[in-house]
Amino acid sequence: MAEPILDAVVVGAGPAGSAAALALARAGRSVAMVERGPFPGSKNVYGGVVYGRVLDTIIPRWWEEVPVERWVVRRSTMVVDGDRSLAIDYRTPAWGAAPYNGMTTVRAEFDRWLAGTATDAGSGLVTSTVATGLLRDERGTICGVRTDRPGGDLRARVVIACDGVNSFLAKEAGIHPKADARHHTLGVKEVRALDPDRIDERFGVARNHGVDVEILGCTRGIPGGGFLYTNRDTVSVGVVVSLTGLAASGVRPEELVADVRAHPAVAPLLAGSELVEYAAHLIPEGGYDAMPELVTDGMVVAGDAAAMTLAAGIWLEGVNFAIGSGLAAGRAVDAAIAAGDTSAAGLARYRRELEASFVLADHKRFRKAPSLVLSDRVQQRYPGLVCDLVEGLFTVDNPTPKPGGASFALSVARRNGVRLRELAADAWRAARIFG
Amino acid sequence: MSSTPDSGGAGRWPEVSFETRMATVEFRVGDRPHITVDGDTCRGCTTKACVHACPANLFAPTADGGILFNYEQCFECGTCYMVCNHAGAITWTYPDGGHGVVFRHG
Repeated sequence: MAEPILDAVVVGAGPAGSAAALALARAGRSVAMVERGPFPGSKNVYGGVVYGRVLDTIIPRWWEEVPVERWVVRRSTMVVDGDRSLAIDYRTPAWGAAPYNGMTTVRAEFDRWLAGTATDAGSGLVTSTVATGLLRDERGTICGVRTDRPGGDLRARVVIACDGVNSFLAKEAGIHPKADARHHTLGVKEVRALDPDRIDERFGVARNHGVDVEILGCTRGIPGGGFLYTNRDTVSVGVVVSLTGLAASGVRPEELVADVRAHPAVAPLLAGSELVEYAAHLIPEGGYDAMPELVTDGMVVAGDAAAMTLAAGIWLEGVNFAIGSGLAAGRAVDAAIAAGDTSAAGLARYRRELEASFVLADHKRFRKAPSLVLSDRVQQRYPGLVCDLVEGLFTVDNPTPKPGGASFALSVARRNGVRLRELAADAWRAARIFG
Repeated sequence: MSSTPDSGGAGRWPEVSFETRMATVEFRVGDRPHITVDGDTCRGCTTKACVHACPANLFAPTADGGILFNYEQCFECGTCYMVCNHAGAITWTYPDGGHGVVFRHG
């Protein structure tokens, strides 16, 4: 058997791959990333916001060098029903100063920056190259990847598959569950140019500060939600919808984005903006119970390829989970090589490390969240119920006395097709999931 | 959703054509079609969810009940094969290295 030329080959130079390569390069391992796009981030789409706390331990004062659009200082959760809306809007100046909380950033820049930290640490990076398949030794153990470059076989002790939501390598290795539309959502996004001064005024923020808006009830009953994020001189607006729901709906994705844009709560914020890029990407939202096996002999899986995106209702996080899983993968592969055992048993510490970190701790805790958040009642009935309640409270109907009490709430629930028993059951589920 | 923008004029602008929408995206089109569709299988399909679900609108039904597919403006997202009811109807690979979609604001 040919000797491996690398300790590890990382497929995909997204956040998971770059984090894995960074950890390995810093440990003195020979590692190279293979990226199919012309530059890291060129194939990637997200909402989006990156939560940078995961970077604290690996890149001190990362906020001084990261390519940021705006620091999120306002987080708004909006429920809409027809042309009505209710928002819970939290803002704090604290998120607008170091060490910050969330930031809007563009993947073409963020992913390139993170990959740059890995190459600065000594990792290789080969772009415009597809890893087309796995190499196996005479015993059938994975020992590298085949690429679409002539003579492009890359032999390595371990393959780290960070090849995204469609992970062909994890499928080829037999550790990825069969593609299942029920565990995936489609994100569709428009990036719209808008003068930075207008963004500041309309969203009520100072320069470099931004807003994150999540919207429930704007997807024509298709399970999912809408989003709105401010970048420096653009605004991202879009939807994330269940693939099975979209398939059954007969609705085109861009029509759903147009709905969000046209909503009276959103339209004034975007008036006069111009489309600069339309994009779409799949999201693995199945959570803990839909994850693949994370290791096999000679290979580990991280990031979207391992379904690490957290979609737990009010928490929608992916890049930080990709980085967290990539770092754990890199450290586990380093330790396995040091111990001379890169079999599945030797790599099993990857899963243990993930279980001990936020990555699998959060996923495990919120494993039931996707089914509740995407349920018919939460998606189709509660937005109307909530808006009716608030409308009843704040509509002044003199000389009729104000409504109130349990009978009012019950009548609103009944009007929206929700039974008290169902409301109580969902409240109990929510308390168990999020409590 | 039955909403319409308020009549004050804020937020109402003409919808761009789908061609203009796709023209905002950079594609480095390769010679090899990275996705192929088996027309025979598609002719027997009654749902054809790919036609409306594909965010790039690349699947067009043909008069004989088949599907015409254009790979050139593909986002490489995977929606089509995930929503497809018929195993093997859509053969899906990535474009060759360096080709395909290049997102600038993703």
